Amino acid sequence: MADEPKDVAAGPPAGEPAKPAEPAKPVAPAAPAATPAAAVPKPAAPPKAPVPAPVDAMGEPLVAALAAAVPGAVLGARKMVGQTTVTLAPDKLVEACRHLKDEDTFTFLVDLTAVDWKERDPRFDVVYWLHSFARGNERVRLKVGVPDGAPCPTVSGVWETANWMEREVFDLFGIAFEGHPDLRRILTWDGFQGHPLRKDFPVEGIDTGAAIYPDRYPEGGGPGPGDKNRKTVS
Amino acid sequence: MSEIVGTVGTVGAVEDSGDTMLGLREMELNFGPQHPSTHGVLRIVLKVDGERIVSARPDIGYLHRGTEKLFETETYPMVIPHTDRLDYVAAATNNHAYVLVVEKLLGLEIPKRAQYIRVVLDEMQRVSSHLLWLATAAIDLGAITPFFYTFREREVILDLFEDYCGARLTLNCMRVGGLQEELTPGWIEKLRAFTEDLGSKIDEYEDLLTENRIWKERTIGVGILNTERCIAWGVTGPPLRAAGFKWDVRRAIPYECYPELDFEIPVGKNADTYDRYLVRIAELRQSRRILLQCCDWLTANPTGEIRGKVPRVIKPPVGDAYASVESPKGELGFYLVSSGGNKPYRLRVRPPSFINLQALPEMARGHMVSDLVAIIGTIDIVLGEVDR
Repeated sequence: MADEPKDVAAGPPAGEPAKPAEPAKPVAPAAPAATPAAAVPKPAAPPKAPVPAPVDAMGEPLVAALAAAVPGAVLGARKMVGQTTVTLAPDKLVEACRHLKDEDTFTFLVDLTAVDWKERDPRFDVVYWLHSFARGNERVRLKVGVPDGAPCPTVSGVWETANWMEREVFDLFGIAFEGHPDLRRILTWDGFQGHPLRKDFPVEGIDTGAAIYPDRYPEGGGPGPGDKNRKTVS
Repeated sequence: MSEIVGTVGTVGAVEDSGDTMLGLREMELNFGPQHPSTHGVLRIVLKVDGERIVSARPDIGYLHRGTEKLFETETYPMVIPHTDRLDYVAAATNNHAYVLVVEKLLGLEIPKRAQYIRVVLDEMQRVSSHLLWLATAAIDLGAITPFFYTFREREVILDLFEDYCGARLTLNCMRVGGLQEELTPGWIEKLRAFTEDLGSKIDEYEDLLTENRIWKERTIGVGILNTERCIAWGVTGPPLRAAGFKWDVRRAIPYECYPELDFEIPVGKNADTYDRYLVRIAELRQSRRILLQCCDWLTANPTGEIRGKVPRVIKPPVGDAYASVESPKGELGFYLVSSGGNKPYRLRVRPPSFINLQALPEMARGHMVSDLVAIIGTIDIVLGEVDR
């Protein structure tokens, strides 16, 4: 929680509103801030490995090919610790994914998740991690910015495995996937109120009794006065 | 029919449909969540036509503890014990995947000796996880004896873990940058004695099952999932290799000292439950090979650093990274988003059990209810990882 101001600062670089050409720029000032802290404990550590920092990756062949094949899809690209992240426009997401799968052999969707940046607009990043067996186990990460309350197009039609992953993101972040065949909660139960992985959801949890039976349990949770389930402390 | 309803679960909604096996109506029944063969709390809503499964819909989340939310409240070293509790029968690989991603974002170098000890822990964990799988999968199909045999060996591994780090299951044995503890005196010799012995023990399991007619009848042709469907569902690990696809994170995206080790990736060809059994048995033998090589190396290099130069306060730079290991269940990955603070801003687990379980409806369709038990067993899920 103490990290909050920094979180906000860290949010924008990943998002789509950054200038498409150089999304790496806003990160650069933040990176040196971490360096002194890391160097404190050992004064005798100057010749250590440099701290990884993102670099622009718009020139990568894969990114350039994608930008040419699906105009308007690529908003930015950067590379960090050898992993390429491509920021996509939400409305071109499915088209770009289909291109990556069919033309660039990214047949395996490794993972799909989301990140809540709370005060940034768009609030969420939905993150996809693709793998190509044919390109020598090459991997690429895709990101789309999704505002709070707005739907994100589903990729479950491209990779079937996205089905449960998108359900999980829907459950825990409250991002609705447009066109998903079976968008239900998966880890919490039907009728649960709230989305636990949002930053504003309390870590200590909520009163689930009230969440399941909002009409039976008064505001603030717990059984009401006339309820036979009410436990009294004598 | 009434017998099955009695033992498996309760009758749910009933639905009319014209042409069914027994000329009866299709029936919906609950398999679990409290059923021994679900290996935890997994509920599967079955639609059956007589004994035949028309559709199977897994219902998960009974063990959801909000682990990913908890990660965000803990500092980087404090996260490690939480990872033990994901796939709680393979804690070392969970620890490993997590420390790898933090090291990747920090740009840390890991001393060679620490790499070898990590690989030893991983492979011991793989053996113990596969032994547990073999025991439970066999007992689900009525073969009780393998359980006693495999637990005999698993016990030795757990004792070795206890010797090394004090814990038997939730090991908490790795640290960012290396390891906390050096091996205890005489540990490598004990491990070598066990490992050399393991080959004949695996032969014993094979004697019990590989040519066992009942085992073969219950597993051959059951729960087929070919390579193409495996990749479509994101299935990794032994089920993918049993389909004949030679892919293993240890070779595909090498980490630690695996490139220096000599081992093969066993594959099957029929993509059924029996082949998945054969693949796991072969993996036991390959893990044994790796362990022997590591024993040799560690005996030849008895001293050395076990922890790299790690800052006292771990604060990875702003950015994100993903790292994965080959866990006994498949590709286990962690996706870390750092905001520069001393706690992960977001830490996502790529849980192989969760993703592999997604293929269950397709594998179970058309089979008998009793085959479902074999199919759940063959995916090798751990509900702690499915539900997190």
